[in-house]
Amino acid sequence: MSLSKAELAATVARDIPHGAYVNLGIGQPTMVADHLAPDRGVVLHTENGMLGMGRAAVGDEIDPDLINAGKVPVTQPPGAVYFHHADSFAMMRGGHLDVCVLGAFQVSARGDLANWHTGEPGAIPAVGGAMDLAIGAKQVFVMMTLFTRDGTPKLVPECTYPLTGLRCVSRVYTELGVFEIEEGGVRVRETFGITPAELQTRLDIELLQDRP
Amino acid sequence: MAGFYDSADAAVAGITDGSTILVGGFGSAGQPVELIDALRRLGARDLTVVSNNAGNGDFGLAALLTAGQVRKMVCSFPRQSDSWVFDELYRAGKIELEVVPQGNLAERMRAAGAGIGAFFGPTGVGTPLAEGKEQRTIDGRQYVLEYPIRGDIALIKAHRSDRMGNLVYRKTARNFGPVMATAATTTVVQVGEIVPTGDLDPEAVVTPGIFVDRVVEIR
Repeated sequence: MSLSKAELAATVARDIPHGAYVNLGIGQPTMVADHLAPDRGVVLHTENGMLGMGRAAVGDEIDPDLINAGKVPVTQPPGAVYFHHADSFAMMRGGHLDVCVLGAFQVSARGDLANWHTGEPGAIPAVGGAMDLAIGAKQVFVMMTLFTRDGTPKLVPECTYPLTGLRCVSRVYTELGVFEIEEGGVRVRETFGITPAELQTRLDIELLQDRP
Repeated sequence: MAGFYDSADAAVAGITDGSTILVGGFGSAGQPVELIDALRRLGARDLTVVSNNAGNGDFGLAALLTAGQVRKMVCSFPRQSDSWVFDELYRAGKIELEVVPQGNLAERMRAAGAGIGAFFGPTGVGTPLAEGKEQRTIDGRQYVLEYPIRGDIALIKAHRSDRMGNLVYRKTARNFGPVMATAATTTVVQVGEIVPTGDLDPEAVVTPGIFVDRVVEIR
């Protein structure tokens, strides 16, 4: 069986090191937080100026001054800290953030990322912190469906959408498999409900299938 | 030395047509809505506004856009679920847009406030947002030359000020405030409360009063 969105989030969460400083991108990556038990000691960074971000706020906890990068109200657990935007992005750009998890339109076989703009006429470009995150975090995990709705692969030889960052993705998590972006190519780490050989027939890139 | 004003209208007086205005806030958190409303009433036009977003709903920055006072937005993330005012103006060709990666937006203002002439940053290399910019390889890594963003005016929101103009902020409403305060010729701050000098813990002050020109209390 291919993975559900919740199972995919749990799979990403499983691979986040204990005690890591992590930024979860807007949208689906946010779900990873639901699978990080407190004893893992993972510290969440939100680029609008907070480390040690808590879960989504409910009821009386909602405070318009306390939101995440998706502008969703969150909570302030013990140990949380606030800082301004230049410090927040220094944490990324300066290589202090261990992992970020981002969504994507496309990832290329060498790890180029396209996730901010479709480039379509009339589309309003909005990059937010995606370019800073892509080149800043020590490891960039992408979480996406492997194919578009019409069946076109999103793991591609070359991105056709405008790029967010060059050679920045380290790993791609999809409902059908987890892929490592390596110097020599894309390695299949595990598959879900499909064999690596079947996967190869549906993708336009050469997959490395055995551990060296 | 910071001056203290009785109203938002008095605090924004003198802002001229064609000014570049740095506007604090991330979405509505930290957005200095009352100062923006006063700027709208003042009627200054042909403005360039530098802010992370391009307005939410119909209030604050969005209302300033509706009034037709903004010629150009410089921001990282104009498109949001509630950015219908900007979206319509943009699609109608009635407003210019410069998209800047969020970290570059912050760092370019930080550079302005710190007297840095320009800097090489790694963000955006190989992307459309680095096209036409000078690049350099330093220690094997590619960087893009980025210039400071200076404001004539900064409009920001803080939690408290003392009578020296020293500021503390509240939670994630801090966001761009401290950086913008350093990067403008005149920094105007709306605060929830003005407290007597000596009441703020000097170790906890985020923006020292040297960066603050005008303060108004908006409760």
